Order: sequence, then C-alpha cells, then structure tokens
Amino acid sequence: TSEFNLTDVLFFCRKAMENVVDDDVTKRFSPQKLDSWNLLTRNNHNFCHISLRLKVVWVLGLLLRYGVLLPLRWLRSCLSDKVHLMGCHICVRSLSAIITYHNRQNKPQNDGICVANHTTPIDGIILANDRCYSLVGQLHGGLLGMIQRAMVTSSPHIWFERAEVKDRHLVAKRLIDHVADKTKHPVLIFPEGTCINNTSVMMFRKSSFELGCTIYPVAIKYDPRFGDAFWNSSKFGLVRYLLRTMSSWAIVCSVWYLPPMNRKEGEDAVQFANRVKSVIAAKGGFVDLKWDGGLKRARVKEAFKEEQQELYSRLVVGVSQGADNAASDSAKES
Amino acid sequence: MGSRASTLLREEEIEEIKKETGFSHSQITRLYSRFTSLDKGENGTLSREDFQRIPELAINPLGDRIINAFFPEGEDQVNFRGFMRTLAHFRPIEDNEKNKNPTASEPLNSRSNKLLFAFRLYDLDRDDKISRDELLQVLRMMVGVNISDEQLGSIADRTIQEADTNGDSCISFQEFIKASLVEANINNTSFNHLTKKIKILMGAFFINATEANLLNKLA
Repeated sequence: TSEFNLTDVLFFCRKAMENVVDDDVTKRFSPQKLDSWNLLTRNNHNFCHISLRLKVVWVLGLLLRYGVLLPLRWLRSCLSDKVHLMGCHICVRSLSAIITYHNRQNKPQNDGICVANHTTPIDGIILANDRCYSLVGQLHGGLLGMIQRAMVTSSPHIWFERAEVKDRHLVAKRLIDHVADKTKHPVLIFPEGTCINNTSVMMFRKSSFELGCTIYPVAIKYDPRFGDAFWNSSKFGLVRYLLRTMSSWAIVCSVWYLPPMNRKEGEDAVQFANRVKSVIAAKGGFVDLKWDGGLKRARVKEAFKEEQQELYSRLVVGVSQGADNAASDSAKES
Repeated sequence: MGSRASTLLREEEIEEIKKETGFSHSQITRLYSRFTSLDKGENGTLSREDFQRIPELAINPLGDRIINAFFPEGEDQVNFRGFMRTLAHFRPIEDNEKNKNPTASEPLNSRSNKLLFAFRLYDLDRDDKISRDELLQVLRMMVGVNISDEQLGSIADRTIQEADTNGDSCISFQEFIKASLVEANINNTSFNHLTKKIKILMGAFFINATEANLLNKLA
C-alpha cells in the first residue's frame, strides 16, 4: 500500500507558514528585538508614537547621550588625568602632606623613565600629586590586585604576572614599548627595590638603566621632625604604617626634579646607574652607598669577600710586580 | 517616532483585519512587525523574492507553490491584508469559536477552507479539478529525484483510483474532502503509518518539540 495521502501537502504548508511567521535565520540579520524599548531610535523598528511623556523622556535621553556621554568619552584621557590628580590631592590632604616641589622645569616628560629614591609607598602618591605616572609592578591578588586592574582601565600601567617577572627580556620590551609611545605617561621606577630610611641612597638596580631611555632623576627628602615616613616593612604592615603616618604631626617633604640624563658613550648600565644615584644623593643630602638595599633581608654575597681577598693578594704580589713593571717601562722609554 | 509613516498600521485597519481573519490585536501587530522586516523594499508590499529570502521556506519542497498562494491571481506583490488573509488559514481553531453564531460566514481557518487551500496547491489551472498531471507535478516536487517515474505514476494512479468516485480520472474538491475524511477516520494501523511518516518528515526538517507549533506562540 502506498504511503501517500492527498493531504500530505498540509504538512509542508504548516511548516511553511510557521517559517513565514518566524524563522530562525532572517531575524539574526537585523538588530535584536528588545522586550521594552531602550530609548534609542536605532532600536525602534516598530515603535509608534505611544505618549507625549515617552517622547519627552526620549528627548532628555537624547540630550544626555549627545551632550554629556559622547563628549565625555571623547575627552576621556584628558579628563582621566584631571581626575587622577584630584584623587591624589585628596590622598595627600588625608596624610597632611606638605610637599615642596623644586625645579619644576625639570618635571619628567612622556618620553622617559622617572627614578627616585624610595622611602615609603607614599612616594608614589607624593610624585603623582604633581603629574600622572605609569606604575610598574607585579600583579597581586585580592584587593590590591583589584585596584591594580581598575587603574589600568583609565591609564596604561605596566603590571606583570608573577611568571613574567622572571623573564627580563619581556619586562624590558614592555618598558621600551611604553616609553616609545609619547602619549603614555612616564614610567615611575624606584631602582632601590625596597624602602630605605631616607638618610642614604643605596644601590640602584641596573635593569631600568639598560633600556637606553631618558632618565629623569628625582630626589625626595622627608623632614623627620614632623613625622617618620619610612615604612619598616619587617616590623609592621601597611595598615599599621598608615595609621602611624596619619597620626603624625604632618608629612613634610621636598621634591627636587633633576635634569634628565642619558647613558654616555662607553658607559655601561651599572656605571650609569651609579652616576644617577650620586646626583640624587648629592641633591637630597643623602649618603651615597654602594650596598644593595636587598641586604635588608638577604645575606651579603660571598663574592664581595672574595673581591677583598683578591685586592689584598694584588697588593701583596703586585708591589714587586709594579716595581718591575715601572723599571721595564722606564727602560723602554729611554 | 514610528517607522516608515506611510505604512503605519492604523487602528481601523487592525479592527478590519481582526474581523476578517480572527487574529487578536497583539497577534496582528506582531505579524505586522514581521511583515515589515520581510519587506526589504520598504514599499508596503512583499514580492516573491522577499519570501524566498527565508532559508527554511526556500528549502521547503512545496515552497514555491505555497509562496504563490499568497499572491492574488496574476499579481507580483502582496500587501499586508493579503498576507494576513493567507496566514489566517492556518490559525489554530480555538474552542470558543466552535460555538459561534452559525449564521456568520465561515471563518478562514475552518477545516474546509484549509482543505481548499491544499486543493489549490494542486490545482494550478483553477479548473476545480486535480488532473493526473497536476498530481504528478506536486508529487515530483515533494519527492525530488528519489522515486522513479513509473513508481510515481503508479502512486498517482492509485490515489486517483481511490479518491475518484465519478469516474472522470480527476479529483474534484468534493472528492478531495471525502478522501481527507477517510484519512481522518483513523484506525490504529493508519494512525501508526501517519505518525511514522510525520516523524520521518519531521526529522528531515530538524524540528524540535518547541518549534512544532509556532503559530501558538502568538497566542
């Protein structure tokens, strides 16, 4: 028996009508239909005039979108800087910090790296009070990480994942790219790597000085009579530190902007770093030390003792050696 | 604030369509929104290309014939009224309609109007008869290349033989209705055949259960 029936066509009819009424494909190629109108004309295919009140609301919405939101988004970067400075002013007031900026004509430009001596985490706020910087650092988890991620949305900071920190080439590349972009803020780096108590400047790590960028040195000197800004991280944590700082008389500091420096021909990164360090030490009245700030927590390397031994050996052996050399030299000359 | 002011649907029009087709107010506005989104030329009418643009309709074996059913005799454009009138044939019969005033004119989605719609799919030349050729044409559209001419011919012959009561080798509308009633007198075996067939056909169209009765979504 045949399976065909005259009314089989009705099945195809029904399917066709269903597709005429609604199909899965064509509706994907026009804006999504919303359950209730979002007051954007671009979305209102079939919304006819509903009421005067709605029209008024729509006009207000139009004014808001074109008059406020659109310009704001255009002016975003310029406004973002202003907002940052304002935020910093507020922070500074909350610490009762009295900051004197010297030599403002040397203020860091967008094309370099700003280095300063490090005494406290507040150093960043003290400097950012005068212009915006891009910070460098490791991405943390928790609240600090959240703050770091939030900061990135408004201006470009350089945060590294923990794994990337070890990769020196990656770090260097990112820094160089950032500095090359003239629209981005100067990078703020504290080459000591740790907080020192503001009486001396210790060894500057050479990584920032290898990059070949312009260095803007800054010296920050706190007046110890009004409050101790130094964060002794081994003794107390950040919260206690802030409590101590906010309950001092005041934080009084001077900031000296020093003229920009570049690496000289034939000067290696270590020598350049030392040169910058001595300039900062001289301006701030600090003792210029060659010792590594990392000695706060780590032991000194054996290599230094070996260096002493080698120097002494040269003295012992080299005195006669030197005399012989001098004799032979004079023999050659004559 | 509306779209394309010249084709806006006025309240009076909605009322007229409601009376004629039996769709509710919200169904009519939703279908109007669908009509305008299909109307790419934005001139208030649909052409055959506008329908063909729906992929699922374009792959329907009877798609061309069904699209044709929307267009009045010899015309190439269909307006919203015509669109609704055709769709109305497939509006589900609601319970409250069954007890309606018997003197009122027959609703568009009555059983006999549905069957007339199906009949007209076969009867291209509108002579109120389905000839063997017309039946073969529709059969060929539905099966494509998968069945041979002889087999298809024998199916057509058998169908006409079963349905034709007055011996003119054609199926008139009355004979058509009677033939469909026979199918509706379901005994167990033919019902199983029917469900099996529907399942196979459903598979071919990738229907899932939620999609099955789309018109009800408008309710």
